Amino acid sequence: MITTPEINTTPEDDLKVFVKGTEYFFLQVTSTRAEVCTPFIKEPSDRVIDDFSAVIGISGSQRGCVYYSAPREMIRELVTHYGETEASDDLYADCVGEIANTISGNAREYLGPGFMISVPVVFRGRAEDVRFPHDAPAFVIPILWNGHRSSLILCLKKDEKEPPTFDPEMLKEIAS
Amino acid sequence: MKLLIVDDSNIIRRSIQREIGDQNHEIRMAGDGVEALKVFEDFHPDIVTMDITMPNMDGLSCVEQILQRNADTRILVISALADKGTAVEAVKRGATGFLLKPFTSETLATEITELFVD
Repeated sequence: MITTPEINTTPEDDLKVFVKGTEYFFLQVTSTRAEVCTPFIKEPSDRVIDDFSAVIGISGSQRGCVYYSAPREMIRELVTHYGETEASDDLYADCVGEIANTISGNAREYLGPGFMISVPVVFRGRAEDVRFPHDAPAFVIPILWNGHRSSLILCLKKDEKEPPTFDPEMLKEIAS
Repeated sequence: MKLLIVDDSNIIRRSIQREIGDQNHEIRMAGDGVEALKVFEDFHPDIVTMDITMPNMDGLSCVEQILQRNADTRILVISALADKGTAVEAVKRGATGFLLKPFTSETLATEITELFVD
């Protein structure tokens, strides 16, 4: 039985964990640093869903979703770092699912085993009708890698009555 | 040696297969815990690599089920779950080792080699 000690983090802490995890993922898998740009809160008009996307459901100490979305050309390059020479949409979809799963799973090093992740659900196409949770802000973390831009999107809410507050100025500090 | 690779990600299954594919081992693959048990019954692998977060049956439950069928099976859990408790739990349930994703081909090769040598 895995114990689930409560780990209290602020939204700033959570963003830092995911920024750090994203940087680690790209460096480890591709040996090339990814540049993480200043996170921002998604507005309804912001288009952040790209060719291939994956969503991980979060439960336990927090509730919500983690999305990862990337353009086809970026994923085409990324799969070669897994040793792939074939190119197929199925493989690209699988790849974004694995990225979302890995970054979310790695976050448990800091967020603890109570941060429970689902298997990834993947989807293709720049869907206009992707729904984000309404009861939590959607923080978009832009990721630049090898000239491509992808996005990690965090919609997380603490499992508590009072939502945590955050300072918008902290978004600039997190990316620096 | 017979090796079973269990992961819901095709890209991970294939990367593990490539790493050990040129060593003349017999390899089969499964995409979740339930499928893994079916393959296990038929294939009787010596070594298993096992993801944790999978549909139908998670990897830790599958580790227990496999070891109930054959306690001599060596199982390397390969997961992105980075909290220490998960690695400890995997070993408690009988896994031989734990490898954190994302892994490099070098770390994967090292872990796989240790499984074959033990």
